[in-house]
Amino acid sequence: MSDAVSALQGETHEGFATVAETGLVGMITIRCDLGSKGLAKALKAEGLPVPDARRIETVEGRSIAWMSPDELLLICAHDEAPALTERLSTALSGEHALVVNVSDARAMFTIRGEKADQVVMKLSPADIATLPTGEIRRSRTAQVAAAFWRSDSDTISLVSFRSVAGYVMGLLEVSAREGSELF
Amino acid sequence: MSTRLSKGGRLIDRAKPLAFTFNGKPMRGFAGDTLASALLGGGQVMVGRSFKYHRPRGIVASGAEEPNALVGLGRNARFEPDQRTTTTELFEGAETTSQNHWPSLEFDIGEINNTFYKFLPAGFYYKTFMAPRAAWKHLFEPVIRKSAGLGGVPKEADPDRYEQVYAHCDVLVVGGGVAGLAAALKEGRAGKRVWLIEQTPNWGGRTPVDGGQIDGHDAQDWIDSALAELSSMENVTMRTRLMAAGLHDHGYVIGYENLADTTPGDGRPRHRLWRIRAGHTITATGAIERPLAFAGNDVPGVMLASAVRDYIVNWAVSPGDRTVIVTNNDDAYRTALAILDAGLTVSAVIDAREETHGALPQAVKARGVRVLEGRGIAKVQGRKHVTGVEICAQAGEGGAVETIACDCVAMSGGWSPVVHLWSHCGGKLTWDDDRAMFRPDAARPPTGADGSAMATVVGAANGDLTLPETMGGLGIGAVSEDEAPLAQVWMMPAGAPDALRFKSFLDYQNDVKVSDVQLAAREGYESVEHTKRYTTLGMATDQGKLSNINGLAVLSNALGQPIPATGTTTFRPPYTPISLGAVTAEAKGELFQPLRRTPMQSWHEAKGAHWEPVGHWRRPYCYPRSGETHRNAVNREISNTRKNVGLLDASTLGKIVVKGPDAGKFLDMLYTNMMSTLPVGKCRYGLMCNENGFLMDDGVVARLSEDTWLCHTTSGGADRIHGWMEDWLQCEWWDWKVYVANLTEQFAQIAVVGPKARDLLERLGGMDVSKETLPFMQWTEGKLGTFDARIFRISFSGELSYEIAVPASQGLALWETLMAEGEALGVMPYGTEALHVMRAEKGFIMIGDETDGTVIPQDLGLNWAISKKKTDYLGKRAQERSHMTDPNRWKLVGLETLDGSVIPDGSHAPAEGFNANGQRKTQGRVTSTYYSPTIGKGIAMGLVLNGPDRMGEEIEFTGESDAMIKVRIVDPVFYDKDGEKQNV
Repeated sequence: MSDAVSALQGETHEGFATVAETGLVGMITIRCDLGSKGLAKALKAEGLPVPDARRIETVEGRSIAWMSPDELLLICAHDEAPALTERLSTALSGEHALVVNVSDARAMFTIRGEKADQVVMKLSPADIATLPTGEIRRSRTAQVAAAFWRSDSDTISLVSFRSVAGYVMGLLEVSAREGSELF
Repeated sequence: MSTRLSKGGRLIDRAKPLAFTFNGKPMRGFAGDTLASALLGGGQVMVGRSFKYHRPRGIVASGAEEPNALVGLGRNARFEPDQRTTTTELFEGAETTSQNHWPSLEFDIGEINNTFYKFLPAGFYYKTFMAPRAAWKHLFEPVIRKSAGLGGVPKEADPDRYEQVYAHCDVLVVGGGVAGLAAALKEGRAGKRVWLIEQTPNWGGRTPVDGGQIDGHDAQDWIDSALAELSSMENVTMRTRLMAAGLHDHGYVIGYENLADTTPGDGRPRHRLWRIRAGHTITATGAIERPLAFAGNDVPGVMLASAVRDYIVNWAVSPGDRTVIVTNNDDAYRTALAILDAGLTVSAVIDAREETHGALPQAVKARGVRVLEGRGIAKVQGRKHVTGVEICAQAGEGGAVETIACDCVAMSGGWSPVVHLWSHCGGKLTWDDDRAMFRPDAARPPTGADGSAMATVVGAANGDLTLPETMGGLGIGAVSEDEAPLAQVWMMPAGAPDALRFKSFLDYQNDVKVSDVQLAAREGYESVEHTKRYTTLGMATDQGKLSNINGLAVLSNALGQPIPATGTTTFRPPYTPISLGAVTAEAKGELFQPLRRTPMQSWHEAKGAHWEPVGHWRRPYCYPRSGETHRNAVNREISNTRKNVGLLDASTLGKIVVKGPDAGKFLDMLYTNMMSTLPVGKCRYGLMCNENGFLMDDGVVARLSEDTWLCHTTSGGADRIHGWMEDWLQCEWWDWKVYVANLTEQFAQIAVVGPKARDLLERLGGMDVSKETLPFMQWTEGKLGTFDARIFRISFSGELSYEIAVPASQGLALWETLMAEGEALGVMPYGTEALHVMRAEKGFIMIGDETDGTVIPQDLGLNWAISKKKTDYLGKRAQERSHMTDPNRWKLVGLETLDGSVIPDGSHAPAEGFNANGQRKTQGRVTSTYYSPTIGKGIAMGLVLNGPDRMGEEIEFTGESDAMIKVRIVDPVFYDKDGEKQNV
């Protein structure tokens, strides 16, 4: 579909950190018994592990994150999400599982720069300073739900719901403004 | 007269002069000055008028405890009243104005209150303005409000920005004096994650002024090396200008940081609110010196002894040429030494104690200063500034034995530990009679979740007032002069008569005197909390930092009981006032609240939609064209939809997928009707009730596959219903195999409505949407043109109608395609009001209009949607209770005005007679009321007593003002009763 657009179409702001909406990203919610062999097999077929609690594992451009004791989030390219959803659904047809494409229900952002943590500190009660690489936090930014993780040595990736993408971008922009660095 | 000294001043930078104004008068100070030190340095001793009596007032203190010296700062949108000059840093161009006077600081008409002080005692307004009743509101209150009150209110919106930040640490040390530095060093060396915060711009507290030796070094040298070591520790974060406002449960500390007060308009956040989660909090908040209660202790030039030496040592400001020191303790003699060291004169030290032998008094005597023992001040001479003091015997009744000329009085009544943070969360205090102070009781600390202490207190805040005590408590040796015990002096002289007590101030900011507290005691106020409220003692913006202990000591004496029997008032956050801007932080303007946007929102904006808030969404109410009223726009949208085709952005509709072997059973419990029997490919309308049987949501359910259903909810109900489902699945039916996911935002949904709807979809092509292939209440999916679509054949308008769901990323493109392809068919978008009117024309209920949390489906004639076969569903049992089956419950009917007018929203139908409260009885109320362009007149739905049995009956509803509207009870379906139009 050539006219598919993300919520903010890549809007970017430069401050003491660079905040940007990433454009379309594929996301798939998987609800299942995370200990089931079927799940491990289905994910293995896609080259992915079952992440431990709070972990996010990245393999060849795809990431899989632990969201709750019975929920995972698979992050992939936007255009492969429908087919991947189908494949996983089929692979898990013998399990009690729900696999559903949520790519367009979300907006994704990056916060880039040495002081990226400080942007998150202003918006989320999570202890970002102690967040290790490879862990995801489900938390909030000001008044809306968000999840974030370290996707690079100087980059934090952050996911929100699509309808509030403008609000989240407003929060990120104002929090990253030059002159308001914390340290 | 105060003045700037030519030498010294450890905190000022004479190379950086700053210009500012006071009441328009140009003045100068230096970088490092506070407004207070700059005002005093410029000779401005009198800086304001008092709250009630309009007495001239000057600067009393040098820190956060200052009650008097509040000024208005800035102008226009950046004007802010009540800025504490002792804690506000001076900056270039600061515009300050004094408060509480008219017409001017020098000549204030309100000062007449001072002459009639006898008529303005504690609680005077409770006693005086009893009658006539109306006079309070129209006469007394406006006059009192004009005469009382602090600074003015800014008239423009605040242009500055603010922010909040979350921080986490193992140990938070509050206070950057020597005790705080030592505590932070200890925790930092232990490898803990430490935060050390200080409310002023400077480290070291008051030790650099008071002197002494720490760990064998000069105090300042020790401070410098401690700071160097702390700065080098990666696990220690240090911040100045950051005040701990409150300590709350779970180690939650609110901090208030001052960032840009001295650089207005530079774009940075002005203040920052820190929300700190501390594993443990160490309070090293120091102590505050107490005033003495003698007549005229509020005359400008009377200051705390510690403040006098602070101004000399820190800012090179002399508060006066000739100072009289009045004290009950040895510490105040340090002020005498500081004055002498600066080359100024100590006219005398008045010591209330009979004898003084301590090292400090000896040192002062040795420098030739007169020390008058067993004496007190009977009265301060001077009105706008001190000119002298009358000396009396402390034990007597105030008969003057001599008069000493002076222009400054430095008073000290002892010190009170700053126990606010300790007390905020339940830490208890114990009375130390030797030192005349409440100090933290280590055996009764504020406790955390595990019952252990969540705070520790060190240094002067713990009552360790001397340097050796403070540092000794932290395991570090220190030396300072020995101090002899103080004498408890709560009134000066001890036998002061009325005339003196009427002028002996306890609470400067609220103008509460010794006589007021004694009056309260005589009138029966025994509780300190009641006395506080009756007299307003300690209720001003300084929260009684100077007045509380003196006030409750006076109360105790008046009640003839020991001070601990009286106790303290409650310490409440914030420690000093914090700006509302910092509390609001980023949540203003566009970021005040999250605004949820559908994928087509920008299109609606571009077309000038008039908005209706729905939850956090903002949906188009209508799309008015140039020159068109909203009502005309709504009528046009309805007529066009019923005649041609209309588009509605229905993306906000809740869409929850429910999957699993037990999903059918689960939905049968949630909905009043059967969902498990719904065939795959079909849709069914369902109702959801809460456990009490009340209708809370509705919508169309589609069965997607053998084990998967898609539940549509109301726009406002999507998140709540999703939570409701998870609640039942996680907490009650945890063993049922059901997963749910909220897909509301995954799909853009567009309702294509009207007789030409099918034509429009066929123009896009790709899917068979004929009556045969896709009949009413079925769904299908495929490629509609180039779009990945799921099409539901459902109708909320009574017309031929399709709801098309596509991934949100394709929503705008589909909407634009439909608008373009539909042009020849007369397509128009329609908003929520047209939706509402069309559903009312069809007699469809709306959650939130026909329901209000007290309505059950049976009230609305929805019995057809309640399964009688099911043994159970949420709400079933409740709906069988006697009140729910009462035949007298009001029931839904249609209402048609006889004259065609529209019944006002919320109208009631009066009945005969009055109820027990003398109110007119009613027999019904309107739930929805609109002008119907289709019918050509006002239509409504309402709940009416025995309504369905009264078809055709005419009753009256209340209209505008007192007019009554005649209404006929009719069937609620006004349009296409047989449903032929939606089924073509």
